[in-house]
Amino acid sequence: MSQEIRLTYREALKSAIREALLKDEKVFLMGEDVGHYGGAFAVSKGLLQEFGPDRIMDVPLSESGFTGAGIGAALAGMRPIVEIMTINFSLLAMDQIFNNAATLSHMSGGQVNVPVVIRMGCGIGRQLAAQHSHSWEPFFAHVPGLIVLSVGTHEDARGMLLSALESPDPVILFEYTSMLNLEGSIPGDAGKVDIQKAKIRREGKDLSLITYGTGVYKCLEAADLLAKEGMDVEVVDLRVLRPLEEDTFLQSVAKTHRALIVEDAWKSVSISSEVSSRIMEKAFFELDLPVERLCGVEVPIPYPKHLEDASVPQVQDIVSRVKKMLKP
Amino acid sequence: MRLNKSNPAPSLTKAEGLRLLHQMTLIRRFEEKSAEVYTETKIRGFLHLCVGEEAVAVGVSQALQEEDYVLSTYREHGHALARGVEPKSIMAEMYGRLEGCSRGRGGSMHLFDSSKNFFGGNAIVGGHLPLSVGMALASKKQGKKNVTCCFFGEGAAAEGEFHESLNLAALWQIPVLFLCENNLYAMGTALKFTHSEQHLEKKGPAYGIETDVANGMDLLDVMTKVQKAVAYIRETGKPYFLVCYTYRFRAHSMFDAELYREKSEVEEWKKKDPIPQFKAFLLKEKLITEKVIEAMEAEAERQVQEAIDFAENGSWEKVEELDRFVYSEKAAI
Repeated sequence: MSQEIRLTYREALKSAIREALLKDEKVFLMGEDVGHYGGAFAVSKGLLQEFGPDRIMDVPLSESGFTGAGIGAALAGMRPIVEIMTINFSLLAMDQIFNNAATLSHMSGGQVNVPVVIRMGCGIGRQLAAQHSHSWEPFFAHVPGLIVLSVGTHEDARGMLLSALESPDPVILFEYTSMLNLEGSIPGDAGKVDIQKAKIRREGKDLSLITYGTGVYKCLEAADLLAKEGMDVEVVDLRVLRPLEEDTFLQSVAKTHRALIVEDAWKSVSISSEVSSRIMEKAFFELDLPVERLCGVEVPIPYPKHLEDASVPQVQDIVSRVKKMLKP
Repeated sequence: MRLNKSNPAPSLTKAEGLRLLHQMTLIRRFEEKSAEVYTETKIRGFLHLCVGEEAVAVGVSQALQEEDYVLSTYREHGHALARGVEPKSIMAEMYGRLEGCSRGRGGSMHLFDSSKNFFGGNAIVGGHLPLSVGMALASKKQGKKNVTCCFFGEGAAAEGEFHESLNLAALWQIPVLFLCENNLYAMGTALKFTHSEQHLEKKGPAYGIETDVANGMDLLDVMTKVQKAVAYIRETGKPYFLVCYTYRFRAHSMFDAELYREKSEVEEWKKKDPIPQFKAFLLKEKLITEKVIEAMEAEAERQVQEAIDFAENGSWEKVEELDRFVYSEKAAI
């Protein structure tokens, strides 16, 4: 194993895009402000200068148009990476993603496939108020034909895009803008990662914290705090929200017999709803307690910090809930 | 409506004249037969027929090469036939049979045949325009010389995706033909109730796109205008917008009672029927005889019957294969 390196989540994302562009001439990046501006979140900063305007394409504010163009280019043998600046704007491209990218293979009887990767910044926690603070992973995870990945760690920020670019099918990649400046460690030779399975981020025996996205580091922090008080919890990072891989969390529950699902998304009809159902269907008799959930409060996310913080699960909320479950 | 006066007709050989008339006749007979078997509930779902619009499908296809990409709408049987997709595989598709061009998965609205570079059969109005932009962009990036031809109706010109696509195509200077079939009705609502500017051809120049109009009821005019358009695209690599004024003689779909237009209007347009018009032209120019026409019509009839027989005898996809191709079985590229 090579030496560990420290880098930010943003640097990990950028290094993956750069590597992909170097490796394959068919790869190009298109999105709003990805070129001259350097990326709305500076993820693609400097890439225009290095690769030129044919590989780093600034596009007009036409989410449906350029996302569809990415899908069309993929149909015709290219390997586009489409960046939708934030998930908030993805609704303007939903027709393309749901009606085209997700259907074309099945509807054509397998004659065509759509190898496009669509990245988008998402998440809650930067005081951007109700139209710029969304955790809409469940919308996308609802749709067969898409592969939906959630980038919850530095390792995945470095590797998921590279693996996604090997998929013959459309991949939606959720990146979390609140984590961009966060530093982390990955092996110096880190690269592609598995994009079919969930991953145990911390082993434990008392309870399974099942989460994804920004929930991963929150749950790991909560687990550290709980460990100091003698509680040994396991953290499962779902990573792949569609097709949802269930063996990993079912096995975890079979070991710990208790599950708390944590996510920022609104509680109703969410990823946690699905995970909870699957546990009920397939691991009911393993449970010592009913499955519990900590999710986003069902409100449009407000601007003031204290209200925004109260809208999504925080580390302390996770700690308190686990304690309640383990020491009623 | 403003129609450019027909340019001098392109010179045709007897064989070409016959082939063109045959294609239009085949489409007409295919559509009429489809309506018939629809009433027998052999075809289900939506069925949109292009009777009256045959000259556009046939005229456009003459200028295209095998390596060009074609994308179309849900009223695409004519486009598919003119592109060379087998009548048998289209009819089988509409019967929902495994032998259909999309394994029966798509039905009337979703004809796909990648061997003919025919990419649907797209049923969200305007939704395939961005795809056509992407395909043409890929051609440019790959240094290919092919053209992407995107058929859509005038209803799509009210969609945001139309405007986004024209802007992107002009901005990127890519080889795409935006081919608008203006049949004057978006489903059942007339152009005058849906477009503030009814001369849709004014919208191309607004994006800096070379634009023209064609009389979609006149095969020779369509052929002339499309040849010019495609030659321009191949030479410059730039997009082109062509509006063909046409008319569908039948209802929007099989569910349509046609409450929105007068029978007299339909009858007026039927006088411009492209098939008798072209037939008369060929006879006048002594490029065809009544006897040859008779034999050709019998052949078209036979082809349609063959398609029906093929579809009737087709098989059903196994239910166990329901979820095949949700994710591609192709290897990563």
